[in-house]
Amino acid sequence: MTQATFSIWRGDSGGGALVDYETEVSEGMVVLDAVHQIQAEKANDLAVRWNCKAGKCGSCSAEVNGMPKLMCMTRIDELDLSKPVTIEPMRAFPSLRDLVTDVSWNFRVKKKIKQFTPRPPDAPDGSWRMQQSDVDRVQEFRKCIECFLCQDVCHVLRDHHKHEEFIGPRFLVYAAALEMHPLDVADRVDELKQAHGIGYCNITKCCTKVCPEHITITDNAIIPLKERVVDRHYDPVAKLVRLFRRTAGQETSGRA
Amino acid sequence: MSHAAVPLTRRAFGQTLRPDAWWVQPVVVFLALGGFIVYATWAALQNAHYEFGPYLSPFYSPVLFGDSPHAVFGPKPSAWPGWLPFSPALLILPFPALFRFTCYYYRGAYYKAFWADPPSCSVGEPRSNYRGENSFPLILQNVHRYFMYIALVFIVILGYDAVKAMWFTDAATGAKEFGIGVGTLVLVINVVLLAGYTLGCHSLRHIVGGYVDRLSGAPVRRISYQCVSCLNRGHMRWAWPSLFWVAFADVYVRLCSMGIWTDFRLI
Repeated sequence: MTQATFSIWRGDSGGGALVDYETEVSEGMVVLDAVHQIQAEKANDLAVRWNCKAGKCGSCSAEVNGMPKLMCMTRIDELDLSKPVTIEPMRAFPSLRDLVTDVSWNFRVKKKIKQFTPRPPDAPDGSWRMQQSDVDRVQEFRKCIECFLCQDVCHVLRDHHKHEEFIGPRFLVYAAALEMHPLDVADRVDELKQAHGIGYCNITKCCTKVCPEHITITDNAIIPLKERVVDRHYDPVAKLVRLFRRTAGQETSGRA
Repeated sequence: MSHAAVPLTRRAFGQTLRPDAWWVQPVVVFLALGGFIVYATWAALQNAHYEFGPYLSPFYSPVLFGDSPHAVFGPKPSAWPGWLPFSPALLILPFPALFRFTCYYYRGAYYKAFWADPPSCSVGEPRSNYRGENSFPLILQNVHRYFMYIALVFIVILGYDAVKAMWFTDAATGAKEFGIGVGTLVLVINVVLLAGYTLGCHSLRHIVGGYVDRLSGAPVRRISYQCVSCLNRGHMRWAWPSLFWVAFADVYVRLCSMGIWTDFRLI
């Protein structure tokens, strides 16, 4: 057993400060265990959101030593215990109390994204046919546990507070999962540029770095969506090709 | 639960609770990219020592106009303004330079290192206003794919230079003979690294197949997409060695041409 100090942010919507708590830690403990121990022994009123303790529910998101992490997946033996370990709530969202933040903005944003719109069924029984290789690309995005660590670390939200103009990496992943789905026929490209503010992303890759599910957010979701926006809005040659195809299509249908 | 919305507080420049040396990476990127830009600008302005035997510095390839026997269109155009310094490199270097400048990987790296936007993940920034790539000037980054097309042409040209670097002129007879020198290897490695970087480009990945949702019906497109995706996964690992090697290739040809280094023939 080792003695360790944890500086935990205590406060509410009116403000707060880091408070030091000493507790004993042992092999195999994670930060959430230490927080629970402190809650049981020294701070019964410490507010912390948690659920599965297995890195799958995305509830215990916080900032451990300044970096967004799941507390249940951050092993104590990975941390330098010679100095106090800081634990803060996510800074991109309003504080409710102690380590709990109000993440409801995310759910409101999700509602704004055009829902899954499948093409008409392929078979008379109302079912569809698709190849595994076509859905491989979007299956990576389905691993998201909505911990919102990527939203927290994104400087567009965290430092520049563009919550009204930018949907953040989590919802660009969500949009990518829909937009690249082989059955989906909805068009989200214009919304991505205008209402969802994809142009605000400047590719720092911090979201990819903190994702506990190791989703390659920037390279596989955001940049491919940016390229689709370029196709539609910034590439004159692609525009000409589309115009030519449209004209050729009209002529063909006219002849028919 | 009822609660009042709490205004989010901004952290000051460099402020963070991260105890690690977060500043090392942006400083290294700043020094490496800054050093390359300074050297490449100096080398491009020299207009000398860019060829040695069958070797041509990649900074100067293709030589469109100039005094070199490699010049495609002959000497410097007479219409070139006298006040403007001339060098064959100045005519071509902007294209690969802009390919790198608009590259998705480098953008993320130099926004951190040169603009501190942000300095590193979860570290406070110096500015409170932010427009990102949503408006001028950074909206121009969207032209990346056009520089990618040009960069692909450069790969072919540098490949041709690497092949030419295998044919040495016999000083006595004037005949061409096959050979491999250290410089040949330097130029071959250069084109391999540049091809690995260029063929892993995010825009190329999109153009060869990323733009469609169903690749299963088009085997050539699917394989192309998989190959580019494979290189794309290591885009950063290709970006840095190819950058350093292209500068080293110029240094090698330059120092051989100046008589400071000796080029050893291996075959």
